[in-house]
Amino acid sequence: MVTILKTTNLTKKFGKFTALDGVDIEVNKGEVFGFIGPNGAGKSTAIRVLLGILKATEGEVTIFGKDAWREAVEIHKRIAYVPGDVNLWPNLTGGEVIDFFLKLRGGNNKDKKEELINRFKLDPGKKCSTYSKGNRQKVALVAAFSSDADLYILDEPTSGLDPLMENIFQECVIQAKREGKSVLLSSHILSEVEKLCDRVGIIREGKMIETGSLHELRHLTRTNFVVETKEPIVSLNELKGVHGIDDREKEVSFQVDTEELDHVIKTISQYGIIRLESAPPTLEDLFMRHYEGTDETADSGAGGA
Amino acid sequence: MYQLFKNTGKLTRFQLRQDRVRIPVWIISLSILTFATALAFVDLYQNDAERQAVAETMRNPAMTAMVGQGYGLDDYTVGAMMAHQMLLFTAITVAIMSILLVTRHTRTDEEDGRVEMIRALPSGRLSNLTSTIVFVSITNVVLALIIGFGNYALGIESMDLEGSLLYGAALGVTGIFFTAITAVFAQLSESSRGTIGLSFAVLGLTYLIRAIGDVGNETISWFSPLGWVLGTEVYVNNYWWPIVLTLGFSLILFVVAFILHAIRDMGSGFLPSRTGRRDASIFLQSPLGLAVRLQRTAIISWAVGMFAIGVSYGSVLGDLESFMAEIEIMEQMVSPVEGFSLTEQFITMLMAIMSMISTIPVIMIILKIKSEENKNRTEHLYSHPITRNRVLGNYFILSLAVSIVMQFLAIFGLWSAGSTVMDDGISFRTLFNAGMIYLPAIWIMIGAAVLLVGSAPKLSGLIWLYLIYSFIIVYLGDLLQLPEWLSKLSPFGHIPQIPVEEMDILVVIIVTIVAITLTVGGFIGYNRRDIKG
Repeated sequence: MVTILKTTNLTKKFGKFTALDGVDIEVNKGEVFGFIGPNGAGKSTAIRVLLGILKATEGEVTIFGKDAWREAVEIHKRIAYVPGDVNLWPNLTGGEVIDFFLKLRGGNNKDKKEELINRFKLDPGKKCSTYSKGNRQKVALVAAFSSDADLYILDEPTSGLDPLMENIFQECVIQAKREGKSVLLSSHILSEVEKLCDRVGIIREGKMIETGSLHELRHLTRTNFVVETKEPIVSLNELKGVHGIDDREKEVSFQVDTEELDHVIKTISQYGIIRLESAPPTLEDLFMRHYEGTDETADSGAGGA
Repeated sequence: MYQLFKNTGKLTRFQLRQDRVRIPVWIISLSILTFATALAFVDLYQNDAERQAVAETMRNPAMTAMVGQGYGLDDYTVGAMMAHQMLLFTAITVAIMSILLVTRHTRTDEEDGRVEMIRALPSGRLSNLTSTIVFVSITNVVLALIIGFGNYALGIESMDLEGSLLYGAALGVTGIFFTAITAVFAQLSESSRGTIGLSFAVLGLTYLIRAIGDVGNETISWFSPLGWVLGTEVYVNNYWWPIVLTLGFSLILFVVAFILHAIRDMGSGFLPSRTGRRDASIFLQSPLGLAVRLQRTAIISWAVGMFAIGVSYGSVLGDLESFMAEIEIMEQMVSPVEGFSLTEQFITMLMAIMSMISTIPVIMIILKIKSEENKNRTEHLYSHPITRNRVLGNYFILSLAVSIVMQFLAIFGLWSAGSTVMDDGISFRTLFNAGMIYLPAIWIMIGAAVLLVGSAPKLSGLIWLYLIYSFIIVYLGDLLQLPEWLSKLSPFGHIPQIPVEEMDILVVIIVTIVAITLTVGGFIGYNRRDIKG
């Protein structure tokens, strides 16, 4: 596998404040990497370092094997970027801005641009000052996806888009991936990350706390169960690896640690299963577990209902 | 009424709070300017004969077009001088203040979605507009009272209580009139730029109509609100009825604004917004094109302004010789040098002043990089394959070009007006040399601006302080007999004053080298630092 983007021990300090603390990211060719974390975790700072706009205090950042700070211009020829907060020049029209950006990167794919303007239903003849947040984002998205980049860096690109436009955005990402391009997608919309990303990195307070494929990450967490049995399950709360038991009238729901699955299923099957539903942990479960992580012990201890 | 005006009072207080620094700054600076000028007149012209000498220089169409008709030129008291030379320009400044304040709290707030939040609260449909009108009007009334009583308190014989209050009132009603004008345009136009643009266009038009009227047919002047202001003949005849007239028209305009506001949807306007280009023209396809495009309007306005400044200085050159001879203080400012006429000496000072004014738009171009960064627009730009040197370089080259253009236009304006009013005009070549020699000094200012933006962006405002320092030192240095080294701290103090002084090529080269060094330092810093957004 070819590594497109790699940061090693990336640290960025603003005065005494440490915004990024030893962050490692790796994005491979043809891969969509999901970059998630709460507000202020350091996502945008990391992205600005990747773009060579901020200089890393420590650590190495390479894109296409080149140094992100020293060889920024060379790298940017093959990068397309959509900022989280798209700020455009109020007295230029959307069409003018798109053209300007395309011209800067070099090469002008007029058909692709027109196609995207139509798909995103953007009116390029209006002044940027009259655009809503969603429309400003469309300008940046059209400019990014009409270019022939090898790496797309997208910082919460869909936060202002409606569900229809979000779908079109997702199609664009999938198409880029099919063409063997790489994408770094920072997002809050976990369903979107789940749908698009091959691998995910979770950042919190400037530190990467988890990286891996969704499959791998799921192993770190628990599977959700809803079970209805002929006889009530006795002392479920004493079973190892069972959490969050919710006893309802007929059924009981709980979560099971992946490594204890086999043992738990064997035990409960003795009570005569009428119905058993299981669901893989959602990214939201993962996310919540990490962010609410401080009361982890209270959570697992509260077994009995 | 409840539906329309609920919570207007609270909103007014809220807006006053938002502008708790801005408004005092406007009022205090306008008051100080007025009082200082009145006191300066008393100092400058100590007896009737001297004042009368000035009155004679005012009797020409160029002056009339610029400052308005001179009432009481036959008995040119300090009061009459104030009303003649200061009132119109102060009134225009008050109008500008009102236009900016009203736009800020109407269309800009609406455009940025703040009005929407206010309207979602229990507030009336017209509350925001009403509170804006109320608070800007209050500002104007306070200004009128402070300047009115203040002028009287200066204790100048010819500035009595009634006249002083009328002087203040004339300023206040001008402000209120343009509050009303802007309130109407805030409804008509869909954007804050449009609102400001149209309001300024009306201000410019009223000035022009008055100028044409004052020079030619007096009736025409009565079609201009600025003509009404001067029609009060403050300190000479003290007519109050133009004040009532202006207020009456303002009230009508307020009603129009309310009606327009009530019948329109939020966010919309009445003037159609033009659809722009769907794609970029050939000019907008490089960072240089962008830099030019973003500042096009400002550059053109400044170019027109610099030419106008040149013309207005040029138009007084004719009377200068006689004027200077009679006024002692001017001789102090321009100490006679053998072999050169007073006019020629005066020109060297004019050139220094004009080149410092030219520096303003030039510096603004460099500081634009900083404001673009503050508005988070450079981040997106730098995700493209362009070097920092190229972006900074574009702004740098643009500012160099603009410095030459501005300086040339000022000189050209001075020459074209000067050669028509003077019996034997000064050659264009002399003026050209005297003016263009200041370019290296302007370039030092560019270099300093580049250095600040590149290495210490937070301190980039200091460049204005440096320019103000230069202005004070060079303008008043001789008058206040300040030590020589103070003026040598400013680049403008080093430039040889052609034609009175000899050309000193060495100094010019050294100044240029300093400018280059500062610029290079700025480029190095800009390449090394973090870009904030």
